[in-house]
Amino acid sequence: MPLLERRGICVNLRTGFRALVEGTGIMLRSYSEINQKIKSGKAVVMSADEFISLVEENGLSAAAKKVDVVTTGTFAPMCSSGAFLSFGHSAPRMRMQKAWLNGVSAYAGIAAVDAYIGATELPEDDPLNSNYPGEFRYGGGHVIEDLVARKTVSLKATSYGTDCYPRKSIETVITIDQINEATLFNPRNAYQNYNCAVNLSDRTIYTYMGMLKPRLGNAHYSTSGQLSPLLKDPHFKTIGIGTRIFLGGGTGYVAWHGTQHFPSIQEPEGKCLGPAGGTLAVIGDLKQMSPRWLKGVSFTGYGASLAVGIGIPIPLLSEEIAHYAAATDRDLYAPVVDYSDAYPGRKPGCLTHVSYADLKSGKITVQGKEIPTAPLSGYPKAREIALILKERISNGDFLLTEPVQLLPSPADGRAGNVLNG
Amino acid sequence: MSPKKIVLRFGPDISEEPIIYRLVKDYDLLINIVKANVNPQKEGTMVLDLTGDQIEGGMNYLREKGVQVQALSQEIVRNEDRCTMCGVCTAICPTGALFMERPAMEVYFDGDKCVVCQLCLKICPVRAMEVRL
Ligand code: SF4
Ligand code: SF4
Repeated sequence: MPLLERRGICVNLRTGFRALVEGTGIMLRSYSEINQKIKSGKAVVMSADEFISLVEENGLSAAAKKVDVVTTGTFAPMCSSGAFLSFGHSAPRMRMQKAWLNGVSAYAGIAAVDAYIGATELPEDDPLNSNYPGEFRYGGGHVIEDLVARKTVSLKATSYGTDCYPRKSIETVITIDQINEATLFNPRNAYQNYNCAVNLSDRTIYTYMGMLKPRLGNAHYSTSGQLSPLLKDPHFKTIGIGTRIFLGGGTGYVAWHGTQHFPSIQEPEGKCLGPAGGTLAVIGDLKQMSPRWLKGVSFTGYGASLAVGIGIPIPLLSEEIAHYAAATDRDLYAPVVDYSDAYPGRKPGCLTHVSYADLKSGKITVQGKEIPTAPLSGYPKAREIALILKERISNGDFLLTEPVQLLPSPADGRAGNVLNG
Repeated sequence: MSPKKIVLRFGPDISEEPIIYRLVKDYDLLINIVKANVNPQKEGTMVLDLTGDQIEGGMNYLREKGVQVQALSQEIVRNEDRCTMCGVCTAICPTGALFMERPAMEVYFDGDKCVVCQLCLKICPVRAMEVRL
């Protein structure tokens, strides 16, 4: 990419669009024009990595003119995931007060036969970390995977009995097809950027970022970099409420901004290091998803969760949006954070920033020491998602939706609160 | 007499002891080193084929030295359907049996390099690495 265009990206990332590179603000196409092209099989769709290569070859303007939609993808453990299940009524009726699926508690304080199974919930008889580091072989994320794999899942519920709901207990089995509704609703997914986790202490630690060996023994990171959805739309110019997405193998929607959605542009010492902090709440019908793209995960010593596959299309409405979508692993940076002390102690700041290009090379240097890196987020699978989404759009099976409302952007200056106590 | 396959795991303190020599000299064992991953000042692993009458004695000697000894009736396999190619095992596998091919970032498993240390079993988030007996 020519230098001027590169600088254009950075200025844009920091302050929102400024017409530094001439013509970037001009509208190239609208949602309805793109959908017309999709319907007639003429839309030009590329995965984010393909689009980067095109920009590197032909320059941004030509690439932005040619391509209508860029697809992104990520497949990683995403806490703050779960599913609403509506079991249907038994005869006689029961108002479930407590419910368990395969021994994992689901929150039933919603209605008579509705419950929410959270990805990180654990069985009540789990040894947890009493035999440190605990294994956490099964949890809510695994229940969701079993449901979506159409396996039989045990349901147990208890209650106190009322005149209208006399039944006090039930022990039965269900499958996803037998219950009325199964809706995946993940309050915080698709983290825009994430810490690269290291361990400065003298002992091995077990975290949600995996096992971290002492004295900077390894470094783990968790986004798909240049393929990662929210890294390609730093100002939330296209991804908003109602955006149709690839979710867990099926179709889903952006429901809201995610919890802890604090988008910003990283700018240590005035250097632009790409976006961070945005998140999405997503929703979709679990019944049409696939166990290939929703997998229960276990972090030794930490707990259970759910790996979620998400892919988001970015319509190239303007050259400015194309600029962002063309950001490469060299432009995007992750903060390196010590998980032995700084992270648990909630101490601000980070050790340094490293680019995704460096992270993906297999080694980074922190405090003068070269350390091996490994991802928690699978790049080949992220790529596969971006390509599946590209295929669905190219085939006319997936139309784009214009957000009914855009999400808060870095310009809104949202920031997190500290919990007192 | 058929050979017995065993896996040894030892801490950095023992990796400079001549344990193999002792097994040959004191216990009259015929040894075939199948795999070895020994570095000075580091944890090491070794897979041995042992033949002889004093195998039990030799194994007890190793245990006294603080070496973890296990019969190798096990092998590690990757459940390809479960593996998400995340890659988190690749910085932890001590022998490079699990490794990543760049720039595609695809994860491969080379069973010949595996010393059955079983670290990946608890590291893999989707538990795709399995023991086969
Ligand atoms: S058991 Fe796993 S971690 Fe250990 S050598 Fe074999 S593949 Fe590597
Ligand atoms: S940690 Fe597990 S899922 Fe990830 S690449 Fe290794 S074997 Fe595959």
